[in-house]
Amino acid sequence: MSVEHAVPTSDGKQFVTGEGDKVALLSAHTRAEIDHWIGRFPLGRQRSATLSALRFVQEQNDGFLTADLMDAIAQYLKLPSIQVYEVATFYSMFETHECGRHHVSVCTNISCWLNGGEDILAHCERKLGIQVGESTPDKRIFLKKEEECLAACTGAPMMMVDHVFHENLTPEKVDQILDELK
Amino acid sequence: MSATPEDLVNLEVDGRPVQAKKGSMIIHVTDSIGEYVPRFCYHEKLPIAANCRMCLVEVEKAPKPLPACATPVVEGMKVYTRSPVAIGAQKATMEFLLINHPLDCPICDQGGECELQDLAMGFGRDIARFNERKRVVKDKNLGPLVSTDMTRCIHCTRCVRFGADIAGIPELGTTGRGENMQIGTYIERSVEHELSGNIIDLCPVGALNSKPFRYQGRSWEMSETPLIAAHDGFGSNLYGHVLRGKLKRVVPRPHDDINETWISDRDRFSYEGLLADDRLTRPLLRKGKDWCEVDWDEALQVAAQELKAAGQALGILVHPSSTTEEAALAAELAIALGSANIDHRLRQRDFRDAAADARQPALGYALSEVDHLSGVLVIGSNLRSELPMLGHRLRKAVTRQGAKVAFIDAVARDYHFEVAAQCIADANAWAHEIACVIRVVCESLSAETPPSVANWLHSVTPQASHRAAAAALLSGERRAIWLGAMALRHPAYVDLRALASELARITSARLGELAEGANAAGAWLAGAVPHRDVGGVARLAERVGLNTRDMLAAKLPVYVLLGAIEPAHDLAEPALAEAAFSQARSVIAITPYASESLKSQATLLLPMAAFVETSGSYVSLEGRWQSQTAAARAPGEARPGWKILRVLGNLCDLPGFAYESSEAVRAHLASQIESVAGSAVPSQLLTQHQPPIAAIKDAAHIDTGELDIPMYDIDAVLRRSPALQATSTARRARGEL
Ligand code: SF4
Ligand code: FES
Ligand code: FES
Repeated sequence: MSVEHAVPTSDGKQFVTGEGDKVALLSAHTRAEIDHWIGRFPLGRQRSATLSALRFVQEQNDGFLTADLMDAIAQYLKLPSIQVYEVATFYSMFETHECGRHHVSVCTNISCWLNGGEDILAHCERKLGIQVGESTPDKRIFLKKEEECLAACTGAPMMMVDHVFHENLTPEKVDQILDELK
Repeated sequence: MSATPEDLVNLEVDGRPVQAKKGSMIIHVTDSIGEYVPRFCYHEKLPIAANCRMCLVEVEKAPKPLPACATPVVEGMKVYTRSPVAIGAQKATMEFLLINHPLDCPICDQGGECELQDLAMGFGRDIARFNERKRVVKDKNLGPLVSTDMTRCIHCTRCVRFGADIAGIPELGTTGRGENMQIGTYIERSVEHELSGNIIDLCPVGALNSKPFRYQGRSWEMSETPLIAAHDGFGSNLYGHVLRGKLKRVVPRPHDDINETWISDRDRFSYEGLLADDRLTRPLLRKGKDWCEVDWDEALQVAAQELKAAGQALGILVHPSSTTEEAALAAELAIALGSANIDHRLRQRDFRDAAADARQPALGYALSEVDHLSGVLVIGSNLRSELPMLGHRLRKAVTRQGAKVAFIDAVARDYHFEVAAQCIADANAWAHEIACVIRVVCESLSAETPPSVANWLHSVTPQASHRAAAAALLSGERRAIWLGAMALRHPAYVDLRALASELARITSARLGELAEGANAAGAWLAGAVPHRDVGGVARLAERVGLNTRDMLAAKLPVYVLLGAIEPAHDLAEPALAEAAFSQARSVIAITPYASESLKSQATLLLPMAAFVETSGSYVSLEGRWQSQTAAARAPGEARPGWKILRVLGNLCDLPGFAYESSEAVRAHLASQIESVAGSAVPSQLLTQHQPPIAAIKDAAHIDTGELDIPMYDIDAVLRRSPALQATSTARRARGEL
């Protein structure tokens, strides 16, 4: 399958997407999203679309990245693979190992800690039967490593579920939030 | 370029007034006046990263110390490199760097030549205040050339920037962050770039080291001898590090006009081939079916007898990486014995139109000028493998000067720069490809297509690739057309050359030949060709001898093979060679190696010192003469080639073989070359001779693959170098990957 095509760039030029044996791993939807981001930058700056591309690819793959998928992005954006690996391993919102599809991060930094953040975390662990850093066997929930301050101290204790903040947590509230995750 | 006063700013360094170019960094200024500022991440050939902070200096009015490598100079600036603030900052940085460093200097190969060790001496504390656990980083397997001890890494990112900026193919990167940051490839894979070994020198600590050299010696026990690289005609400058007579490793010797601070992996790791099991250490004489060890006296007597008996029926083949002195003595020997059958063009197949041969193969430009070329057409060359460092220079021309480079090649290859056009065609169609480019060029210059080229054109319509190649060549004023090693090995080479020279004439490009071997140019100048005397004076027709191919086809009674020539690998047509050698009365091989295949074809083997074991000179493709002295001891009774040839000359009672040293051979040769300079053929390939294009040769059909010899197979030393043979490049060439 040849997916090579020209994407208009922000400077009115065109970027021809790359080909490669792994490009086909990107779904049509993901490619369209990446194209949108390629279009936000001038020609020659498609490396800037890496971050967004990783986000969509992680979403497409139910919550984590694989080397093949990162290679696919590299091929599509015509970058050396290592440059995609660098970005993916730098940001904590990307997972490069297999994990559950919903990412739950409980804040245990100072404000949340003073307000019972550690108890919230322990509650999550008990309820899900896993330790922080692990995923439930059904791959539904991934209890991400303890987070540092997520800048929502006024609502401490808090946690982030798939980039959505939940504040002023109580065990009951946590149960409800976790149960609703599909 | 001299700077005008407006370009300059005045500043003060440690109280000393200095002028500096606007836009330069403090470290450029301190370096230029010899004021040392410690550094790890800064390297003059790499882009600035400013991530190690070792170079902090005090600048008046700045609230805190500033990194000298990334702070541009401004008018009136006052810099203090050794004030208490500066020293305090440098010491603090050092303390932080050592927090996670293992301090395992006693077992680290870098010890004694380690920038961290040196600076820790100057800026480190005697006692560590850090009592916590240090981090440990898993080592990476980067392949057979570079060893890793990643716990020692200080994250200067020189190796990463080398990949991105110099090599052009980022292979290493920084993954993770903070405490978890690591240097590596992420997915385990070896670094494959042909210049990858340079990260060993760049790494300021012992994180990246030479794998073959691991635990082989300490820097302070070894002596250093300047050497010239002996696998291609680029002429890279090297140092050989020698321990008790043995060459232990090879590192670059900086030379800004040639190799800058880099060398190819081929030049760095080939030395291991010198230790091969089949090194010849004593003369061997075939008696009947058996090989007998004989002493030099007997061996030389036998050889001299055979040479004298052969007279004009003698054929001499000289390896194109032989020193100029060896080639010159071989040529002298042949002529004195009445034979002009001498050649070094071992893999050439087409020898027509010899009158149009240039005096010596050359690029047409100095190497440093290659950086500034604007339009280049490369015909029949796997450039990155043939001349890795030329590939690097060309990359600079493309990335820094916007040069356009086009290729005519059998396969599309991966280049480390943007290729403007690739005309991909079976080797048998390369002449047509060139003709098509000529047609497009003529159209765009509204010039008439030369009648000589018309022959090739009638049935050919140029394609988009030819238009792109023509446009590339025509861009800018500094144009070059290069015929690569694959073109030189082509059965219709002379047609390619004639067409290329037409194209060069029309486009005012300079035409060059990327001849194989470290010293093809020297061999030409020394007269190691059948139709030219020393210095490129054409021989009279009746004195012209046989070229490589005719020599073999003529089935002469006596052949001499000089240098590491292995008939099965180094000659264009091994079958022809075998037929010739098997009927010959004598095949005398003066060689460092006694491979089984050579033994099956030779009658006498004389052990010769290999490239780093002999003094001698090489002439590069830019025409530069460079000499070296021997760095390592030759094993056993092996002797330098020039001595063996001199003694043979004496034993044959020939006049003029009284040389005392290789320098004397060189001096004699140089004076001869000078004296004939006026009558020599032109040094450059002529672009206006009447090429024999009318007589289209029914070119022998060639299997394209036969022209392309893998990078680490081109000579006997490389074929015996275990580390290079273990690289994925070599394994892929052998079909193992
Ligand atoms: S491996 Fe060496 S060159 Fe690379 S970042 Fe670490 S210290 Fe620097
Ligand atoms: S400490 Fe938890 S959000 Fe700030
Ligand atoms: S040398 Fe200046 S910050 Fe590293």
